[in-house]
Amino acid sequence: MNCNDTGKLLNAYVDGELDSTGSLSVESHVQQCGPCRTNMENLRLLSSAVEKGALRFQAPRHLKRNVQTAIRAANPEMKRSSFGWQWAGALASVVLIVALTWVATTQRGRSSEEAQLIDDILSSHVRSMMANHITDVASSDSHTVKPWFGGKLDYSPPAKDLTEQGFRLIGGRLDYLDNRPVAALVYQRSQHFINLFVWPLKGDAVSPESQLSRQGYNMIHWTQSGMTYWLVSELNSKELNECARLLRD
Amino acid sequence: MKVSAWCVKEKRLFDQNELTVFNETVLPHLDAAYNLARWLSRNDHDAEDVVQEACLRAFKYWKGFSGRDCRSWLLAIVRNTYYSWLRKQALQPELTEDGEIGAIDDGAPSPEVALLQNADREMLKTALEDLRVEFREAIVLREMEGLSYKEIADISGVPIGTVMSRLARARKQLQIYLTTAATGNSL
Repeated sequence: MNCNDTGKLLNAYVDGELDSTGSLSVESHVQQCGPCRTNMENLRLLSSAVEKGALRFQAPRHLKRNVQTAIRAANPEMKRSSFGWQWAGALASVVLIVALTWVATTQRGRSSEEAQLIDDILSSHVRSMMANHITDVASSDSHTVKPWFGGKLDYSPPAKDLTEQGFRLIGGRLDYLDNRPVAALVYQRSQHFINLFVWPLKGDAVSPESQLSRQGYNMIHWTQSGMTYWLVSELNSKELNECARLLRD
Repeated sequence: MKVSAWCVKEKRLFDQNELTVFNETVLPHLDAAYNLARWLSRNDHDAEDVVQEACLRAFKYWKGFSGRDCRSWLLAIVRNTYYSWLRKQALQPELTEDGEIGAIDDGAPSPEVALLQNADREMLKTALEDLRVEFREAIVLREMEGLSYKEIADISGVPIGTVMSRLARARKQLQIYLTTAATGNSL
């Protein structure tokens, strides 16, 4: 076996992928040939350097949770039963901190489907702040945020910049709601974050504007130009209404 | 009515069970999935997107999966998800022609052993990131996941010979990069 043949098999030899005949041929050549021996040693050194270099990336802690949430969101038939357990602890702590302002009247008359959606929107909002993953694309420039959604959604959400009016656009995020990927636009007002969820209306299910307050969070819902909008924040309802008005204009 | 309600409940229990099994069998490989996605995309956010999408796909095909090596199966999905994600972003990877291994002998001097020994983590990381994506993929699967050529071939959807030549070329380039960097630093 010459240097050329050995060179072709050297990687496989070092990786333990050669059969015994191949291994023996390489070994006997390497014993006699200095340059090939150096090459072999170099390959071994490189492998151990990569191994010692601790170059593996560890999945961030929130990823597992995000994956499980996404799976549930994409498989709604099993969402309800597991939802409670998954988020019970998280929501409980939020509930403890924030005064519970349950407005029973706003719940009356809502279908269970809508109640589920409201739950999901609220948990998306809470999760986005807890997982420290509020934006996938961080930018106050609507010309950056809007195109970012381009390849990810089959519609183009509006990304209005309201910095001058005191609601700074800080970015966008992809979320799952109503059994589909939706755009979440994130605004900031002083220390408060506001999530605006936007997705196309199913059919022509136009509904009047509605407001509700859940677990200390205010939510405003409206439909406009074939899109459905949900605005969620712990911001007071007066300022959130101001934000909604600016977004609609 | 009663029967259909029972069916819905059973279906939910079944799905819950599926999810539990999925969580216990597939999600332990989340680190491996993320590591591959992170090296391919070279970016935290993109890697997370890719892994999340890959897990959704994995769950979808979960019922069709029958007991092969779960990690390899998930890694194959991560890889495919990454490439379709790339296509969506209209950033086609520049795949090279996989040549003969002999073709990599470009007459470059054989790197000094001592220089390779001094390669530090940052240098290695930069060298790896600098590799073409299919070489990076081969190195990550071989050196970090310790997979066999056959397993890598299955994941990457190429013949074993191609895996061998990719690894050989990738290592050659890494050595050249590290030697050059080390020489540059010592001057």
